[in-house]
Amino acid sequence: MLESRSLAYRYGRQRSWLFDDLDLQITPGEIVGMSGPSGRGKSTLAKVLAGYLPAGRGSVMIGGRPLPVSGPCPVQLLFQHPELAVNPRWKVGKILQEAKEPTAPLHQDLGIESAWLDRYPHELSGGELQRVCLARALSSDTRYLLCDEMTSMLDALTQAHIWRITLDIARRRGLGLLVISHDTNLIARLCSRNISYFEDTTMH
Amino acid sequence: MLDIQDLSIRFTRYTFGLKKKETCVVQGLDLSIAPGQVMAVIGQSGAGKSLLAHALLGILPRNARVEGRILFKGKPLTPERLSALRGREIALIPQSITALNPLLRVGVQVARAARLSGISKKDTPTTVNRAFSRYLLQKEVATWFPFQLSGGMARRVLTATATVGMADLILADEPTSGLDPTTAREALGHLRELADTGKAVLLITHDIETALQVADMVTVFCAGTTVEVAGAEDFKGFGQLRHPYTRALWNALPANSFVGTMKPVERTSNTIGCPFQSICNKQDATCGLSSPPLKHSGNGRVRCHHA
Repeated sequence: MLESRSLAYRYGRQRSWLFDDLDLQITPGEIVGMSGPSGRGKSTLAKVLAGYLPAGRGSVMIGGRPLPVSGPCPVQLLFQHPELAVNPRWKVGKILQEAKEPTAPLHQDLGIESAWLDRYPHELSGGELQRVCLARALSSDTRYLLCDEMTSMLDALTQAHIWRITLDIARRRGLGLLVISHDTNLIARLCSRNISYFEDTTMH
Repeated sequence: MLDIQDLSIRFTRYTFGLKKKETCVVQGLDLSIAPGQVMAVIGQSGAGKSLLAHALLGILPRNARVEGRILFKGKPLTPERLSALRGREIALIPQSITALNPLLRVGVQVARAARLSGISKKDTPTTVNRAFSRYLLQKEVATWFPFQLSGGMARRVLTATATVGMADLILADEPTSGLDPTTAREALGHLRELADTGKAVLLITHDIETALQVADMVTVFCAGTTVEVAGAEDFKGFGQLRHPYTRALWNALPANSFVGTMKPVERTSNTIGCPFQSICNKQDATCGLSSPPLKHSGNGRVRCHHA
C-alpha cells in the first residue's frame, strides 16, 4: 500500500503550507482520482509521493517502509507534457534504456514501433511520446503510477487509447493508480474513489 | 469575414546535399467564419490547427509554401496586406504566458499592443485602463511581471493584449489548456462576449467539450484537411454527425463510450482514395478510387462519398 502519513509541503520556510496533515492510501490494483483548481498543490503532492521532492513534514510509506532512496523507484510519475519529461538530445531508444529492461511484449502492448527508437523526441507526436514515457515508467519494479494530467494535451481518440492500455497493464500487474485531472468525466469513468482534499474553494 | 478555400501548406527541406524534398502537411483545408460567430477548430495534434493560425498571421517559417485562397473581408489576403493587418485587424490570443516578455511589466506590454494596433499615444492610457477593467484586472496588476500572474489572470491579460485594439478577427490558440473548469469557462465566456460584439472568433482546440460550450459552428480537421463542418447543435444527437472521424472522436470522450483507436489517421503522399477507409464501416469500392470532395450537407459540410 502507498500511503502518506500527515504529509505536508511548502516551498521555502517563509511560505505557508501548500498542503498539511494529508493522509491518503492507495492499495495495489486501486484507481483513485484527484481533482481541484489550479495552483493548489496537486502536482506538488504527486512529486512528493514519487520522491522528486522531500516531504516537508510527515512521510511517504510504501508497504509500511519509506520510499527507497536508491535504485528504481516503485512509484512512477507521468507528466502532462511528455516532451518536457525526456532529454531532447537523446534518441527514443536511449530514453527507453533508462528503465531497467525494456521488454518487447511491453513495447508491443503500447504500440511502440522499432522505427521510433532511432528518432529524437521532437520527431514523435504527443500521443506517441506519451506512450514512450509510459513504457519507461512501467519497468518491472513499478508498483504505483501517478498520472498527472497525463492525457489532457491529447485529442479524445488518443486519450481513450492510452487509458485503455494503461488500465489493461495496471489490471494485469495489480498496479495502484492515482489519476490527477481537471476532467471530471474522465475521473468518473476511470476511478473507483476520489480524493477531495484539493477541491475546497478555500486555500489550505 | 474570413473565407479559406483549398488551402495547402508545404515544407521544403534538404534531404541529402542539395536535393530538396517537399512535404505536404496541409491539403484541401476549407474554413469560413462570419462576424459574430465563434468557429471552433478541433482535431488531433498534428492535424494542422496551429499551422492554420500561423498561416493567417504570416508567421510560418521561410521554407513553407502556402497555396489556396484566403479572403479576409472579401479581399484576398496577400503577404503585403497581411503584414499591414496583423495586430490591427487580425489578433492572436496566444496559448500561454510565455508569449509575453518576462522582463516587462504587464501594463507596458498591453499599452505596446495598443500602440501597435494603431491607437494614438494620447488615447493609449484610457484604452488600456478600459481593457483592464473590462477583464476585471485590478489597477496594480499593470505593475506586475508575467510570472506573478495566476493561470486565470494570465488568460485575461493575454485576452486584453489581443483585444485592446480594434481587431475584428480573433484567433485563440488552445485558450483553455491547463486551466481548471472554472477558469476555463471564464476564458471561453470572454471569447463569446467578443463574438457577441460582432467580432469573428476562431477557437483552436483539441477538446470538443470545451469547444461546444461557446461555439456556433465546429470545423473538424484531420490529417491536414477539413473533414466536416457541423453546427454545435449537431453534436447533441449522435445521428446528426456526418463523418466517421467526427463520430469516432465524439465516441471517444470519457462521458460517451470512451473507445480509442490504435493509430492516428495519417495521410501519406501516395495514398489513393479516402484516408479514412481503414476506420470506416461504410467503406466500399468508391472509397479506394478517389479522395472525396467537401460536399454541402444540411447546414454543414462533409468530406465523404457516402454522406
